[in-house]
Amino acid sequence: MSDQGEQKSFQERIDNGETIEPKDDMPDRYRKQLIRMMSQHAHSEVVGMLPEGNWITRAPSLRRKMILLSKVQDEAGHGLYLYSATETLGASRQEVIDQLLEGKAKYSSIFNYPTLSWADVAVIGWLVDGAAIINQTMLARSSYGPYSRAMVRICKEESFHKKQGYEMVAKMADGTPEQQEMIQDAVDRWWWPTLMMFGPHDEDSPNSAELIKWGVKSKTNDELRQSFVDRHIAEAHEVGLEIPDDELEYNEETGHWEFGEIDWDEFWNVVKGNGPMNKERIKARREAHENGKWVREAAEEYARKQKLSKEKAS
Amino acid sequence: MSKENGNKSEDTQWPLWEVFTQPRDGKPHEHAGSLHAPDAEKALENARDVYTRRKEAVNIWVVPSDQIVASKGEDEGPFFDPADDKPYRHPQFYSVPRVSKRRS
Ligand SMILES: [Fe+2]
Ligand SMILES: [Fe+2]
Repeated sequence: MSDQGEQKSFQERIDNGETIEPKDDMPDRYRKQLIRMMSQHAHSEVVGMLPEGNWITRAPSLRRKMILLSKVQDEAGHGLYLYSATETLGASRQEVIDQLLEGKAKYSSIFNYPTLSWADVAVIGWLVDGAAIINQTMLARSSYGPYSRAMVRICKEESFHKKQGYEMVAKMADGTPEQQEMIQDAVDRWWWPTLMMFGPHDEDSPNSAELIKWGVKSKTNDELRQSFVDRHIAEAHEVGLEIPDDELEYNEETGHWEFGEIDWDEFWNVVKGNGPMNKERIKARREAHENGKWVREAAEEYARKQKLSKEKAS
Repeated sequence: MSKENGNKSEDTQWPLWEVFTQPRDGKPHEHAGSLHAPDAEKALENARDVYTRRKEAVNIWVVPSDQIVASKGEDEGPFFDPADDKPYRHPQFYSVPRVSKRRS
């Protein structure tokens, strides 16, 4: 009885648009769902460094190299904001990271595709960060305070990510025939996986309704996907690029673009760990974690000695 | 530290710190988020790299998270009660004659 009473008053707080803070009462399930969602989000930021990191040493100019370094560093920062925000719910960072390294945690399926050419870096900034902005602008209004504040911070940085990508897309689309071919090829490969980033259709997404009820999300997967499509088709046409979808059609009545069906078999296959790069990504994370071990230990040992000598001196 | 946390894999995540940043000269410090660092010096450097990559701050405070004492969310009602019945602390409580700025 009393449990039900508590649940109700929590739902009232949500419906009033109140922000939930770490020490507030919250249903167990709200806490669990947030830990799951936020840690997956954090992992996505961290694993998301790998496809682009692949091109840092081969950037075509110093300007592009500085930009890419800076963007990848931002993604590391996003991972840190989000791991911190997840910790406010009582999750231990070590446990959460262990889950990723053991291959038990999920992260965005988009990062399990390979970056085959430099044009992929342009298209990731434009499409993948473009999709992230649409999702994260919504999450900036989420009911959980630390999550929403981390999102506000992240959204400010994402606009640079998207813009540097679209700038490069526009330049290549306006470049030599080889550059035009490269950029179109990258769009052809990344378009559909980017649409999959928004997740299954609403009717196949059991978590969605619950997250909306709790004010964590305010739009459904399909709604978010539609705003992505509308915006990015306009941007593609602006620079003369084609979207690899025969069923694309503008609906005058709704003011939206209608588009073809996603290959859901491919989506579930990648989610289940059989995408082109799943194993590679986890291997890279494990190696990075292993190789950084001595640094973490040395810093801790240094801190311990400093503390000791300070105590002796006083 | 790893012993204290009871970490089974003997990995260390370092202690947790809260970060407060002062956006501009003359403005108050604001909570930015938290991070892990082995000591205060590293916490400051990490805070700079994590929370101020775009000149978001002119000054940073870092505080060990376990040193922060906060009022509880559930306390919201009773804890802040003393201010509930004191409307006379606000200027809106008072009615005074309207005085024109022009000298008569
Ligand atoms: Fe990001
Ligand atoms: Fe980004």
